[in-house]
Amino acid sequence: MVFAQARWDEPLIIQLSRVGKIGFHESHSYDRTVLDLIPSRLRRKQPPSLPEVSEIEVVRHYTRLSQQNFGVDLGIYPLGSCTMKYNPKICDAIAASHKIQELHPYQDERTAQGILQILYEASDFLTKIVGMDKITLQPAAGAHGEYTGVLLMRAYHLDRGEKSRDEVIVPDSAHGTNPASAAMAGYKVVEVPSNSEGCVDKEALKSAVGPRTVGLMITNPNTLGIFERDILEIAKIVHDAGGLLYYDGANLNAIMGKAKPGDMGFDIVHINLHKTFATPHGGGGPGAGPVGVTRRLADYLPVPIVEFDGSKYYLDYNRSKSIGKVRAFHGSAAVVLRAYVYMLLHGKEGLQTVSEVAVLNANYMAQKLRKIKGFSLPFGEGAPRKHEFVLSASLLAKETGVSALQVGKRLLDFGVHPPTIYFPMIVEEAMMTEPTETVSKQELDKMIQAFERISEEAYAKSDQPATSPHATTVTRIDEARANRPKTMQLTWRSTNPTS
Amino acid sequence: MAKTHPYIPNSDESAIRQMLSEIGLQSIAELFEDIPAAIRSKADLPVPSKMTELETRRHVEGLLAKNLSTRDVLSFLGAGVWSHHVPAAIDAIITRGEFLTSYTPYQPEISQGMLQAMFEYQSLICELTGMDYANSSLYDWSTALGEAARMAARVTGRYEFLFPKFIHPERLATLRTFCDPVDIKLVEVTQDKRSGSVDVSDLKNKLSSRTAGFYLEYPSFLGFVEQAVDEIEAAVHQVGSLFVAGCEPISLGALKPPSDFNTDIVVGEGQPLGSHMNYGGPLLGIFACRGETLLRQMPGRIIGKTTTQDGKRDAYCMALQTREQHIRREKATSNICTNEALLALAASMYLSLLGPKGMSEVCSAILDRTRYAIDSLRKLPGVVAPAFDAFHFMEFTVNFDKTGKKVSEINDGLLKAGIQGGLDLSSYFPELGQAALYCFTEVHTHRDIDMLADKLRMILEA
Repeated sequence: MVFAQARWDEPLIIQLSRVGKIGFHESHSYDRTVLDLIPSRLRRKQPPSLPEVSEIEVVRHYTRLSQQNFGVDLGIYPLGSCTMKYNPKICDAIAASHKIQELHPYQDERTAQGILQILYEASDFLTKIVGMDKITLQPAAGAHGEYTGVLLMRAYHLDRGEKSRDEVIVPDSAHGTNPASAAMAGYKVVEVPSNSEGCVDKEALKSAVGPRTVGLMITNPNTLGIFERDILEIAKIVHDAGGLLYYDGANLNAIMGKAKPGDMGFDIVHINLHKTFATPHGGGGPGAGPVGVTRRLADYLPVPIVEFDGSKYYLDYNRSKSIGKVRAFHGSAAVVLRAYVYMLLHGKEGLQTVSEVAVLNANYMAQKLRKIKGFSLPFGEGAPRKHEFVLSASLLAKETGVSALQVGKRLLDFGVHPPTIYFPMIVEEAMMTEPTETVSKQELDKMIQAFERISEEAYAKSDQPATSPHATTVTRIDEARANRPKTMQLTWRSTNPTS
Repeated sequence: MAKTHPYIPNSDESAIRQMLSEIGLQSIAELFEDIPAAIRSKADLPVPSKMTELETRRHVEGLLAKNLSTRDVLSFLGAGVWSHHVPAAIDAIITRGEFLTSYTPYQPEISQGMLQAMFEYQSLICELTGMDYANSSLYDWSTALGEAARMAARVTGRYEFLFPKFIHPERLATLRTFCDPVDIKLVEVTQDKRSGSVDVSDLKNKLSSRTAGFYLEYPSFLGFVEQAVDEIEAAVHQVGSLFVAGCEPISLGALKPPSDFNTDIVVGEGQPLGSHMNYGGPLLGIFACRGETLLRQMPGRIIGKTTTQDGKRDAYCMALQTREQHIRREKATSNICTNEALLALAASMYLSLLGPKGMSEVCSAILDRTRYAIDSLRKLPGVVAPAFDAFHFMEFTVNFDKTGKKVSEINDGLLKAGIQGGLDLSSYFPELGQAALYCFTEVHTHRDIDMLADKLRMILEA
């Protein structure tokens, strides 16, 4: 297991700047004095201090930076709840066409029938996969979908004259975006505890719901990777109180073809196209977070919705009860296109295989890792997981002082991206692990071996875990320094050598 | 049971059998037995059967072929998404798997490349706008505006937000969905019908100790550039409100940066900085502010420069994470997690490739086309161009009232001739009459504009 990440000691792009250089073809076909047309009170007096560099310098700079970055294309990236699966290259190849890249959102619909058909069919597939009735493709990300979903709940209750509903319930294991999205919509957040099996405590839920309940936001499987088998009862508790049930689609990769949120009683579902449907995560984004709803919520969806009248596809803005717009234009078409291609490449058989193997990989790994000294699988040690599981390094930390953080840092030395650590908060020294379906057994075994090695090192009192990582571009980073007012530096201005 | 698939290495029977037996299971089905029978799917997913890569490519490219792109027709649309030349180097870099297939840099030691690139992006946005701090992206201009209004309310503890009449209608609609749920009241400020200038006396009447902020688009949605920015700024700050500017970033290569008129928050659309239009998404929300107080209330991810723990090397990591949802949950400044990092990377490359000279160059090309188009279109019978008496950048309103023709008819005629006309404004701003918003950038030549003028003349004289 040898891994060494590139170390270029690459300066900031501004430090490469030398007066007079340019990375852009200048044109000489027109009169430069047009700048004098700008009224002097509006004219920029000092040009912006941007770098002056040639194209080759820019390309080398960013190519070097890319080599100092780890992605799915380089190795296993089992970041829990993020579904870091392989992004098929054909999706990007098709999306590189000018027939998508150079389309304008306001162009005449007659000249956009191809993309509208794709958006329409993608809407149809996604709606059916989650068992909803109608969908919006607008939201730009999962959290944006959540905010949209909470606004839909709000519109539904207000439309029924139920103004006193102001509490959104989330489990204590929920993603941070759930409470944050509810709060953005002006709601109070009520947390319900998990029971000893890691699932929603139904008694606690019963006492939490009431006339103030807007709805419950949960994932299923939950963030522990455990299927909430009482979901129908949970749905009933929430619905009986007049609330709605919101499905956080971050964990959809576990259940495609196995169970649909619509059949579990959910009213609203967001889908992360960058997770389940393999659109590249882009170093943090873009993503897309379409939101599907049942019939009773369909009227409130944001505008526009892509429709088909039997002869042509069109954007429907004429929806009087719509919550309005959650962003400009019609959604992230280029992301939806990639997800559409992904769905065609898999089809109904392949999408089911995706979930089956994602779950198999997770369980294989969970069963192997929990047997390694210092690690455990809290909440139902024997119960099957779905697409992810949460390992605890608490015994290791107690017995050797090596924490989940240090295990994670040491994993980097083996070219393995660590799991999500310290989440969910109900597990001590949590390592939330989601291998996805796109890793081989060999790769899983390599990661398991890395865990074994780290456990051995920890119990042998080796200083390796504590001093790791060693093989990455930089060694352990001083994150506190980046946050201390005196040393905080958020732009290059104070270090800009040209200023 | 699973079938072998090229992206799913463990989908072959032997791998599955071996893995199952190692964990003491007979079949994959056992792993799904905890799903109650009542909700377990019995039928196949109601989606088509899988296609090969070749079949998929043919099918999807066949659909895409029905679209007419700006390479197929001559388009004069702008209005929030703009056609610009994207240097080839940008696409070459942003499609590198190391960037493309990575995610939020939760593990900074192995993610230095993207972290440094985002630090550079923040720095470049600050150079361009003159602001102190920028985050590493929001979804788009409209959601950045929504976040700005909420931030203004948080910072001031006030719940009225003022916007100008001729705001981009989709931005206004988005602003509403961000403000309504938290009871931020939106108040429209008049703009002069002839010059487009903000009616400062109306603004002053509406500004009060309840005002969280005033938002100005610079250049405006309709392409004219507000001249009385200093007067507006003074009025806004006099009542202790925040001044929020919405900017199209290319224009800042030649126009006074918003920091020059003491803007508190700058939002904008980063798509013109090296990203394709993509039918309107994904886009890039720019968000910048001045001063530490505002910084601590800023939404979105921020990257900071630091060192390794041994102090030997420079390094980058996420900073001020206590503002974010993964730490602060319902007390976070925003719920944003996934952002638009890849487009921010494209923007960094664009600004680096062009540099100060290139930005000035693109701005002068745009001004050259804008001037040429105004001169050409205003000669047409009955056409008023621009409809506002002001300095315009890149876009302007063309009024057709005196031609007796509707914009929709004119655009139909243009499309038959292979031209996509400007955005029909008649439903957004009926008071402007039969008007369209035309956009001219460096991608247009004088011949393109001549062709537009010729076709328009034919349509108007028919």
